[in-house]
Amino acid sequence: MGDAALIAGNAAAAYAERMKRIMDAVELRQPDRVPTVFYTMFWHARYGGMTCRDAMYDYDRVGEVVRRIVLEFQPDTYALPHPMTVFGAIMERMGYRQMQWPGHGTDVNVSFQYLDREYMKAEEYEDYLFDPTGFYLAKYLPRIAAEFDGLGRLQNLPGQYYIGLILGMRHYAHPQVTRALTAMREAGEEARRMLSHAAAFGKEMADLGFPQAQGAAANAPFDYFGDNFRGSKGIMLDMYRRKDQLIAAMDKAGVFILRQALAAGAHNPSKFVFIPIHWAFDGFMSLAQFKVFFWPSFRTLLIGLIDGGLIPMVLWEGDCTSRLEVIADIPRGKAVYWFERTDLARAKEVLGSVVCLRGNVPASMMTTGTPEQVDACCRGLIETVGRGGGFILDGGIGIPDEAKTENVRAMFEAARRYGPS
Amino acid sequence: MIDNEKQLVEAISEMREEEAFALAKAMLDRGEDPVRVLELCREAMDIVGKRFEKQEYFLPELVLAGEMLENIGAIAKPLIQEKSGAATKKLGRVLVGTVHGDLHDIGKNIVTFMLDINGFEVKDIGIDVPVAKFVEEIREFKPSVVGLSGFLTLAFDSMKETVQAIEAAGLRRELKIMIGGGQVDEAVRTYTGADAYGSNAVAAVTLCRQWMPAVE
Repeated sequence: MGDAALIAGNAAAAYAERMKRIMDAVELRQPDRVPTVFYTMFWHARYGGMTCRDAMYDYDRVGEVVRRIVLEFQPDTYALPHPMTVFGAIMERMGYRQMQWPGHGTDVNVSFQYLDREYMKAEEYEDYLFDPTGFYLAKYLPRIAAEFDGLGRLQNLPGQYYIGLILGMRHYAHPQVTRALTAMREAGEEARRMLSHAAAFGKEMADLGFPQAQGAAANAPFDYFGDNFRGSKGIMLDMYRRKDQLIAAMDKAGVFILRQALAAGAHNPSKFVFIPIHWAFDGFMSLAQFKVFFWPSFRTLLIGLIDGGLIPMVLWEGDCTSRLEVIADIPRGKAVYWFERTDLARAKEVLGSVVCLRGNVPASMMTTGTPEQVDACCRGLIETVGRGGGFILDGGIGIPDEAKTENVRAMFEAARRYGPS
Repeated sequence: MIDNEKQLVEAISEMREEEAFALAKAMLDRGEDPVRVLELCREAMDIVGKRFEKQEYFLPELVLAGEMLENIGAIAKPLIQEKSGAATKKLGRVLVGTVHGDLHDIGKNIVTFMLDINGFEVKDIGIDVPVAKFVEEIREFKPSVVGLSGFLTLAFDSMKETVQAIEAAGLRRELKIMIGGGQVDEAVRTYTGADAYGSNAVAAVTLCRQWMPAVE
């Protein structure tokens, strides 16, 4: 066997070993040691001496830096950076309005930030419920991206049929519409360019022995409306003023979200579906409200993903301690719950026999603490939460953008050093 | 308190928005004192705030209560003839803003609202606030407490820089600094040099009450 084949053989074995470690954790068996993930938004920019702007635009450089990180810290799995952050050029071509990003509202060294606004008016629930796709095309898309203004002319498509449909072709040659379609095609070409870099990078890392931590992404229906349509204030008022419409709209949206995630997951090398949860934390709504507004449509989504052969990787942001008993109601060993600030020891008590846990070295410690503190924190997590399996070590929100390199090293080393007590 | 007054306080504090507005409107239409109507709103907000502190109410209730207050205020305030006697004494001044680099405002808005309904005079100077702007606003507004808000981890450094600038400007001894939002905890408080951190809007109110007890 030549050297290259030996390395390839070892890499394949390493890949299989890492996958087994992760799947043991997911399926609640005791792995040989606690697995780790490398997940960040912009920490690699700091590590690699890039600006956040570079990290949103430079496909090759991002790959080169993340490759160095993965090889240095040897996590068991890593989140592919391109689909998470490297989409500046695509947004530019769209005239995307729901974010500010480096050079477009934020400094070159500041991460992109989502703009919490009302993108759908309260009285438009009726339009959404009657015809989600029509609403999306004619009203929503023109609002969220400057280049899509002309799409407003493409309304009432099912009302065009037979000769009306034939004559309706004129809409597609309207200057405003062609401008929007051209922008979409060009943004699409950029997206394909980026994703081909992403796929090549993922293949290269797989050949080096590192599986991807996540593939498709999804959102809870409540977050989908709160973040992308109504804004946080809007959806809070809807809980009182338009309860039935909100619930009906969430049920409807849940079908689209599930279909999209199943389609994306089917073609992805990773079966993990990343689901960041924004509005479930204890301080936001009451437990009674959580049971009515948040959990039912989200549980339906989780079950749909699981039935489709995918593995939900749910990031419960904030402190969700009061929700633990409710969210325990899912099939055993089929998902990962990643908790940002919830006490994992408590989560282990309630959820330990149901779902793999992930987390949660505090972002403040990774950023302002010492390697000794990080080591002690990880040791505590591994020895308590890691007992019996079902645990993946990570930061509360992965590696924070400003984390100290020595703290990141301490976290990954701790997973190799300590075992469950 | 007479019956319809009780009803108004109850409708607001029980989140019955339409009924609350109709009751307030009927009172004003009958020629009742608009200042009295606003007093009743404030009483109701007091109940809402207490329930929030006891974790019976959460953010949706605060937001809805804020809307009710605003809508009733919009029809009551134009009817107030003169300001005499209507001005309520405030407990003390608090300056609030999201530190530079961070565009998040939900948490900050909730803190501002809670401090306001609890009787503090709050000035909210917005998001992505440069260090120099904080210093300038402190000189002008002369707050007893400054609240620095931030959701992202980049805010840790922005908060630290802001605290240092306030100190360098010689303003630190005259005020207390509290921080909050997202990832903020005791480790971040130590790092930034702030006096205290709060993990929610109630904590902000509690801190301000502790720091401004003498002002009645």
